[in-house]
Amino acid sequence: MDFLNTLLIGITAGSIYSLMAISMVLVWRSTRVVNFAQAGMALLSTYFGFEAVTKLGSFWIALPVAMVGGALVAALVEMILIRLLVKHSSSGPIAGVAPIIATLGLLGVIRASTSMIWGGQDVRIVGPVSNDGYTINGTTLVFSPLKLLILLTVLVLMLILSLVFQKTNIGLALRASAYSPEIARLSGIKVDWVRTLGWALAGAAGAVAGMFQTVNGNGTLSPDSIEFSLLLVSGFIAAVIGGLDSLIGAVIGGLVLGLMISFVLMYISSGLFFIAPFVILLLVLFIRPQGIFGAKAARRA
Amino acid sequence: MTLTVSNLTVHHGAICAVNQVSLTVPAGKLAAIIGSNGAGKTTLLRTLSGLKHPTQGEISWNGENIVGTKPEMLVRRGISHVGEGKSVVPELTVKENLELGAIWRRNNQESKESIENVVSIFPRLGERINQRSDTLSGGERQMLAIGRAIMSKPQLLLLDEPSLGLAPLVVEQIFQTIRDLTNSMNLTVLLVEQNAMGALKIADLGIVLNLGSVAVAGSASALIDDPAVRSAYLGY
Repeated sequence: MDFLNTLLIGITAGSIYSLMAISMVLVWRSTRVVNFAQAGMALLSTYFGFEAVTKLGSFWIALPVAMVGGALVAALVEMILIRLLVKHSSSGPIAGVAPIIATLGLLGVIRASTSMIWGGQDVRIVGPVSNDGYTINGTTLVFSPLKLLILLTVLVLMLILSLVFQKTNIGLALRASAYSPEIARLSGIKVDWVRTLGWALAGAAGAVAGMFQTVNGNGTLSPDSIEFSLLLVSGFIAAVIGGLDSLIGAVIGGLVLGLMISFVLMYISSGLFFIAPFVILLLVLFIRPQGIFGAKAARRA
Repeated sequence: MTLTVSNLTVHHGAICAVNQVSLTVPAGKLAAIIGSNGAGKTTLLRTLSGLKHPTQGEISWNGENIVGTKPEMLVRRGISHVGEGKSVVPELTVKENLELGAIWRRNNQESKESIENVVSIFPRLGERINQRSDTLSGGERQMLAIGRAIMSKPQLLLLDEPSLGLAPLVVEQIFQTIRDLTNSMNLTVLLVEQNAMGALKIADLGIVLNLGSVAVAGSASALIDDPAVRSAYLGY
């Protein structure tokens, strides 16, 4: 029973990391920027979700509100900040890193702004269903209706995302712009807008990750929330495990990370909570720096 | 529709890659631009398709100056550019690469018909329609690159060294296809080539670029017979 429990918890946490990794990958593919502000953007979106839950009373309305809010914030960041930085720092030693350092600055700005607007206190978001574990044969699991719901929602969102990417013209434009921006432009694709769209999708995915991370934890939200630091680190590690360039890689990376952490905590020591993800990251970087998926193969998805 | 380039100058930083180039390609004609490495051929082509900005000069297409128009907008005005070195997206399938060429039309039915048209021109692409394009041979990839370009139903086709790295037999086939397409689709074509003889044989006009300037221009057959061109570029 312990094993099943550990497995299910790992998969649930992993699915949230996958979402976060997907948002890192979407940004990386559209602009070649590692976005350290992704968790900050997710935090801000989750506050939007909190406002919606409070005012409208429904988690299922709040979730799309958070997604749209997250998409808008991300699109604005790309249009105002990143696009200009990428254009203006096209040469010199700072060229490659300026946008990345800017995202670190942005993370600080977002955190400070959220604490100015919502205060440093914790606020609560109540999940749509109970987070009390299922009971089987008298044993109570940690796996709960809420966790099941999270898992299913993430699954549905990923299916939709993969259909969009594989079956629609917008998906084709997103992929072509990521792989060969020049050929995309010569084919008539407005690559600047496609980049903004990539950021917007990333913002929406990050918002869902933020909402679920909050309700899957203790339901509280604050600008200094440890849940969001963990979300940034885990999303980044999951993306790196998956090769940073692949959406499928991001999903698998998230699940692998979630399971590894879950099993380490269960069978080795729960004291390793903050060390395990970093050790896993270092191991991946040493053994397979191109990620689990080879650089070329990863770009398929 | 006529392409007219007047006094075009393009710089790479401080280096002048194209220097005061003027040329005209009348509608429906195939012009070959030949010249050695570094003569400015690719830069000229990239400027025509909007990828590079000229320092000065004018490019007139269909009577309008197109300098400063972005490449994604020039496609909408009938200009298709096939870049150097098999300009396909390796991660996408053959079909997806073709769809890419017509994506701006937002008309999937028209796109489907265009794919059928391309496949009738290049049956090999039909056999490999669902394969990833990095599994194709060099010749097939060049066919795909040209196929993608004609998916957008262009009036002006810019081709950058389609023969690069291909076997002689394949080169001959590609050149023949380019000539056929020019006639059947009534295209205006600018063909940049290091393979001077092959290009001049199918071209109506020939332009020799040397160090960024037009050295010789005239009918392709006159260039083939020109002793100076023969010794410098055709090697006999």
